[in-house]
Amino acid sequence: MRQSNEAPLWALFSAGGVVAAFLIPIHLFLFGLAFPLGWLGTPSYEHLMELVRSPLVKLYLLVLCSLPLFHWAHRFRYTLYDGLKVKHLNEVIFTLCYGGAVVGSVLAAYVLWSIK
Amino acid sequence: MQQLTNAPLYTEYHPRWYRPHVSVYWWLGQWRYLKFILRELSSVFVAAVIVMTLFQLRALRNGPEAYAHFQQRMQSPVIIAFAVISLFFVVFHSITWFNLTPRAMPVRLRGKRIPEWMVAAPNYALWAIVSFIISWLVLGGRG
Repeated sequence: MRQSNEAPLWALFSAGGVVAAFLIPIHLFLFGLAFPLGWLGTPSYEHLMELVRSPLVKLYLLVLCSLPLFHWAHRFRYTLYDGLKVKHLNEVIFTLCYGGAVVGSVLAAYVLWSIK
Repeated sequence: MQQLTNAPLYTEYHPRWYRPHVSVYWWLGQWRYLKFILRELSSVFVAAVIVMTLFQLRALRNGPEAYAHFQQRMQSPVIIAFAVISLFFVVFHSITWFNLTPRAMPVRLRGKRIPEWMVAAPNYALWAIVSFIISWLVLGGRG
């Protein structure tokens, strides 16, 4: 039987789903709505930098950015397969979705690394 | 009566599998299918929030002016409208995800399955706590 790579990808999907479910809504609420609309006092640049400089927060942000992207890759791939019935483009979609997740994770790691 | 010498008449047998034609819009017909597709599409908005976070981190790294510029861009009505739609979808993801836990891990107590809401409820409590801690940290302890 051909070995399938679904199991590790499914594990990433599921881990990313958990991270996204717990963390993404509050991030969007704060930085996408509450601060831009002035519902809550915007934290200062210095305060945010202080947070982001801490290695623990960097690790947190890397997990926050990386795992949910693999969650997205998995779901979006199957939505394209089933929803739009484009299974014949299998390999292209696979590469674009997981490639996107890898690129996003690398970018996150790079930006976090370069914050001094 | 047919002559036995005649070549027998065969009809060629083409087995045809029963494959009903499914339209590309199959998921529009029923609410539960639509809900499924909307749930799957929530992942696109999850990815969008991550893109927002990446831009934010890059702006932070580039200095106070870059960050002020980022904040200004986040105030544009188009971005706000997109944020509202995204919030609907990412919350939809959280709710559907939490409600799936009892299906994925049925908890049994003395041989009996405990009700689904009792397995899902701790997720909501944890969600509230985690959201509070993040807000508190971001607001610098004054929230």
